[in-house]
Amino acid sequence: MKHLLRIAAVTVFALVGALPVWASDPQLFELDNGMQVVVIEDHRAPVVVHMVWYKVGAADDPAGHSGIAHYLEHLMFKATDHMAEGEFSATVEANGGRDNAFTSWDYTAYHQRVAADRLELMMQMEADRMVNLRLDRSDWLPERDVILRERGQTRDSSPDRQFGEQMYAALFQNHPYGRPIIGWRHEIEQLTGDIATEFYRVHYAPNNAILVVAGDVEPQAVVEMAQRIYGVIPAVTDLPPRVRPTEPEQLAERRLVMRDERVGQAYVNRIYLAPNRRPGDQRQAAALTVLAALLSGSSQTSVLDRALTYDQNIAVAVWAGYNGTAIDHGTFTLGVMPAQGVTLQQAEDAMDAVVAQFIETGPDPDQFERVRMQIRAEAIYQLDDTAARANSVGADLTVGLSLQDSDDWLSILESVTPDEVVAAARGLDRRASVTGWLMGADS
Amino acid sequence: MNTLFKSLALVCALASPAAAIDIQSVTSPMGRTAWLVEDHTIPFVSIDVIFAGGAALDPVDHPGAVSLMTALLTEGAGDLDAQGYAAALESLAAGISFETGRDQVTMSIKALTENRDQVIDLALLALTDAHFSAQSLERVRAQQVASLEREARDPNTIAQQVYAQLGYAGHAYSRPTDGTPDSVAALTVDTILDAHRAAFTSDLVYIGAAGDITADELGALVDHILDNLPASNTPLPEYRSYDAPAGVTVIDHPGTQSVIQFGHAGIPWDDPDFMPAFLMNEIFGGGRFGTRLMDEIREQRGLTYGIYTALASYRWGDSYVGRFSTANESAAEAIDLVRQQFEWLANGGITEDDLERIKTYLTGAYPLRFDGNESIAQILASMQFQQYGIDYVNVRNDLVRAVTLEDIQRVARRLAQPEALQFVVVGQPVGLE
Repeated sequence: MKHLLRIAAVTVFALVGALPVWASDPQLFELDNGMQVVVIEDHRAPVVVHMVWYKVGAADDPAGHSGIAHYLEHLMFKATDHMAEGEFSATVEANGGRDNAFTSWDYTAYHQRVAADRLELMMQMEADRMVNLRLDRSDWLPERDVILRERGQTRDSSPDRQFGEQMYAALFQNHPYGRPIIGWRHEIEQLTGDIATEFYRVHYAPNNAILVVAGDVEPQAVVEMAQRIYGVIPAVTDLPPRVRPTEPEQLAERRLVMRDERVGQAYVNRIYLAPNRRPGDQRQAAALTVLAALLSGSSQTSVLDRALTYDQNIAVAVWAGYNGTAIDHGTFTLGVMPAQGVTLQQAEDAMDAVVAQFIETGPDPDQFERVRMQIRAEAIYQLDDTAARANSVGADLTVGLSLQDSDDWLSILESVTPDEVVAAARGLDRRASVTGWLMGADS
Repeated sequence: MNTLFKSLALVCALASPAAAIDIQSVTSPMGRTAWLVEDHTIPFVSIDVIFAGGAALDPVDHPGAVSLMTALLTEGAGDLDAQGYAAALESLAAGISFETGRDQVTMSIKALTENRDQVIDLALLALTDAHFSAQSLERVRAQQVASLEREARDPNTIAQQVYAQLGYAGHAYSRPTDGTPDSVAALTVDTILDAHRAAFTSDLVYIGAAGDITADELGALVDHILDNLPASNTPLPEYRSYDAPAGVTVIDHPGTQSVIQFGHAGIPWDDPDFMPAFLMNEIFGGGRFGTRLMDEIREQRGLTYGIYTALASYRWGDSYVGRFSTANESAAEAIDLVRQQFEWLANGGITEDDLERIKTYLTGAYPLRFDGNESIAQILASMQFQQYGIDYVNVRNDLVRAVTLEDIQRVARRLAQPEALQFVVVGQPVGLE
């Protein structure tokens, strides 16, 4: 159920009876300068998660400057007019907290986890670097090397990751989702502090950011504090619209073969363009989420696993996944790692045959009911992980969904019908897909 | 970096715990002990059961036996086949998992209050009545071998395994927890059954629970789980400190970067100086921004994305170990820098200011770990496994504050041995052989 659980958003108690007294839904506010504030209460431990999400990500990197959003994320830990290089993290640490940041195609987020009584200090420092970043050559130059090392360690040293980059580059014919978030190496090498500063000036502003505070806090107190600290930062009037180049109608399926001597186990992976979660319109996305769970949510009971690893000894592993929390396009992934003696072609054919059969017969009612039971339970389990709830809400809002959409997600998932799932499977179009074979150098 | 981080997490979890947490020691009707944090806020419970031994119990010629055995537990048990078992678990929306570590097998259970008893019965079925059928064995074995073959080409795994072989020769820790493709391919049903008999015993067991359950309910549940298990009878490993020759070992591996694992002997987990050693490492390379190593190697020179050290203080052996990755061209320079930093450490480099900062951090971070039923259950079980007292959570911050700079320098002189460092370099480093 990994995929299902990962995307699961916010509490929906209608599913499990009346709203219990201990449950509190996220609340949304807006400061005078347009900055949005979300508060999620959890009073079980004296801890708070403080996050600022910017509505800018790698898909907003200017052409030729891939990696700039991610590079800026690193540089945000350098000096500001009021703080020395490294002081931000050192201060968080000196207060017993942890901090980090992450960049996606659609958003960049900065977060700290600290004792609840240190919230104000976090806000002050985060507000400071929203507008006062100062990039000296002695800061940005070595940091570019760090990113090249990061790329070396996490991408170039792994044929799986490199293959993934090639797959995305082939899937997207026009949209910048086809570029790696970290950037292409030859373009990273050309990034400078000036390019980063310009990107920062354009995109980092209170009216382009969402504050998420989750934990042992009172919503009204959080909003007052945020108004005092973030609310005084002037809004930017010339924010660029988030309009990216869009995909043309895709007419030809793409096929890739990558050979690499480091590959231990060959496999087939396929990625389809798919509908994303849209404001007020999440049913197709929900159906695709349930489809992925039915096809490969459980290594024992789901459709692909049963057929290819139990009934026929064709695969050692299969997978299916859907990612729809994105501004412009979702993706649906299918894959199979063949058992010994089975070719990639045979494995791919078998995978396609199973999906075709699924479309023919529809979901098994028992399996369908079990998946629904797990969606219902997720409404309870997710309350144990406040940081994950903060993440879901932050991601949902930065890709343009409303808090209502975010709240509704689990109940929409639960209301998906078998017919909708079959329709979602039927909608996966080979012409809008890429199929890749990753194999050893000698095969 | 999996294993490195796992050991790191283990050590950290034990050296911290929380402020406002009320841990009950629960005694079952049969006299067994479990620790509980009772919290009825959310209607589910997390239970962690640690069985001491784990992969350290693997027979010398059968590494991976315990790991493969645990992977088979939920592949059919009682009157359920593999798919029936999974379907039952899904219908209850519960989680039951077994994970094999170097020193233990951990059973983790997550159950909604509304069907908790059914979930416990299902867990018990896996624990005591698994089928280990030939068909499941072959299928799961094939998956395990495939995954090991992938890992065998991962430079991090290679670095870690070569490092272990160099310093733990002949000891259980020289053998990988999950075995090798060849050793797993050779496992028989008999070996699996022996591993099962050795790994799950009623005496070497530590239980933590958190969430919507009362002490009485937990006590009954503990007996229910443990009543059917035998007493332990398999010899445990001899204790051994890491002991590799000093030097650089290069393993050729394609790619533009080298993965470098380095280290030497560490400090036993029950050593009276473990706490100062823990603080020393947190200052030196404890896996965060702001450590001495991160500052010198990453921030000032941009030679790596991350560099970490950890007290790999396991139950039956210890090493002080670290890892990073760098461009092949800078491998030699980075190794020199790491040696210099160990010299800095051994020669009293840490200052009173460093010590005060790390104390503020560690004591402030203290309550943050107890942030949900799942993490609390885990911590309670591992605290017992590491033989901490139940009041540890209340005195731990005082113990941190009591560490003096003198303690730190004493333990640094003893622990940091720049001349004894072994560097395993996996890649095509320039200027190293």
